[in-house]
Amino acid sequence: MAKNNKKYDSSKKLKKAIVARWQLYLLLVLPLLYILIFAYIPMGGLVIAFKRYNVGLGIFGSPWVGLENFKKFFTSFKFPVLMKNTLTLSLYSLIASFPIPIIFALLLNAMTGKHYKKVIQTVTYIPYFISTVVMVGLIFQLLNDRSGLYGALYTFFTNKTAPSLLAKGELFKHIYVWSGIWQSTGYSAIIYIAALAGVDQSLHEAAEIDGASRFQRILYVDIPEILPTASIMLILAVGNIMNVGFEKVLLMQNTLNLNYSEIISTYVYKVGLASGITDFSLSTAIGMFNSVTNFTLLIIANWGSKKMSNSGIF
Amino acid sequence: MRRFKNYSMNDKLFYIIITLILTIFFLAVLYPCIFVLSASFSSGSAVQSGKVVLFPVDFSIEGYKIVFNTNKVWIGFRNSLFYTFVGTTINVVMTMSAAYCLSRRDMPGRNGIMLLFTFTMFFSGGMIPAYMLVQKLGFLNTPWAVLIPGAIGVYNLIIARTFIMNSIPEELLEASRMDGCSDIKYFISIVLPLSKAIIAVLVLYYGVGHWNSYFQPMLYLNKPALYPLTLFLREILMADQIDPSTISDPELQAQLAQTAGVIKYALIVVSMVPVMMIYPLIQKYFVKGVMIGSVKG
Repeated sequence: MAKNNKKYDSSKKLKKAIVARWQLYLLLVLPLLYILIFAYIPMGGLVIAFKRYNVGLGIFGSPWVGLENFKKFFTSFKFPVLMKNTLTLSLYSLIASFPIPIIFALLLNAMTGKHYKKVIQTVTYIPYFISTVVMVGLIFQLLNDRSGLYGALYTFFTNKTAPSLLAKGELFKHIYVWSGIWQSTGYSAIIYIAALAGVDQSLHEAAEIDGASRFQRILYVDIPEILPTASIMLILAVGNIMNVGFEKVLLMQNTLNLNYSEIISTYVYKVGLASGITDFSLSTAIGMFNSVTNFTLLIIANWGSKKMSNSGIF
Repeated sequence: MRRFKNYSMNDKLFYIIITLILTIFFLAVLYPCIFVLSASFSSGSAVQSGKVVLFPVDFSIEGYKIVFNTNKVWIGFRNSLFYTFVGTTINVVMTMSAAYCLSRRDMPGRNGIMLLFTFTMFFSGGMIPAYMLVQKLGFLNTPWAVLIPGAIGVYNLIIARTFIMNSIPEELLEASRMDGCSDIKYFISIVLPLSKAIIAVLVLYYGVGHWNSYFQPMLYLNKPALYPLTLFLREILMADQIDPSTISDPELQAQLAQTAGVIKYALIVVSMVPVMMIYPLIQKYFVKGVMIGSVKG
């Protein structure tokens, strides 16, 4: 009886607390409606991956087909190529573009000369603000074998006409990854630079007294200090492995490099919306495969990082 | 800080090497930017024959003349400004009000609602269900399709919430409550004025996002009158199609064949102007925003 009373009391208290804070809920109405409509309703829309969607019948009327769409994707001749391209691009860019900002931040932090340091930092994060469309236009222009920077320099040094880079499909991944590094190193380094600025100076002083060179101080003072930040960034990057920069790849695709540049997300777009015969169900199934894989990788990476270094994102 | 000559031989060498490496990287970032600027101020024939290496060759502004005489560029510019301005306003209002509520420790259900938001960062319905939703709502081919989906970026919401929780002391809430201040009034007259730094960060992130967005408008809009600049940029930069009929001046039309390259460079510069104009103003907040983002909420 007493227990029941307590329960009754606490629910009454809760009600009171909610009523007292009604203005907060009022402010939350729009954001909540937004997230429910624009994030959760599309998640519900994933059911069409298990149906044969037909515009006339609608989502609810279309017949269930179980895993047929997934089977169709896994057994299609496109599947191995798409997986290979997606993983090549994402692993390559992870391996190349994860350590470079860290090295850049470590060197910049060690550098003497305050003003030059500031100038380098400010200039290197400007490219981050270049939009994908302009960036891809820029790549095409600069690598143009006649009117571009590449062509101009090639002719300048060798007096010959440059061979075309953009027509070679094998080069697609290099162009994609290194232009990305050019664009985002400065920005990605900010977080490490901030972490390095927080390093206790007495650690450096103590190491110096013990005779450590600047390079040794990077190895034994700076690196351990940014390791937690780096591991969080790595988890996030691993959780995004299947999300290759979709817009950039789509914009960089042409008929000459399509064998190397068609990835899962661009294929989702083409199957679902950009080809003559659109298949919403198949496209949704492929997209779902992509996001489930990502989510699983994220959980695994987070679990691994927690095991090893005790830092994770959740 | 010690003088350079006092460093050991070993360290001296080390400092010289890192300065060298950083300088090379610095120039590698800077050089293409300078090249684009120089090429945009050169003559069409100089660009086309690859004569521009560092400085403008045969200084001219013909590229800019053509760019500013192209109707598409004006339409795109106007639309992009509209989407950026209205879109960012919606973003900031929505994000700040959600962030404020979710920062209040005394609001029942706060953690559950927060989870509802964060989960969407890691999992989503994907392209087709989102497209079907926009279609169902009747947003296709209206500005709403670009303004409403994406009204709250959950990452930005987390940054804003962390900022409010860490930098606005709770004693302020107690004090204003004593004075009979309601929750909404507290938000408008205390929280917002104290959050100028984070609002600047949000404006920068959302604003640049709108200005640069390409895929959403491409997917949802197919009336050229509604296109933002990025869609026209793609047409011109990648598909070699400045349609001569959209250029009003006949003399310019004749020059067109020769000037394809220089137009592209000029266009790249023009499209970067708005971002580069606000960048110095918001630069210091931008670094701050990245740092707040790195603190776990």
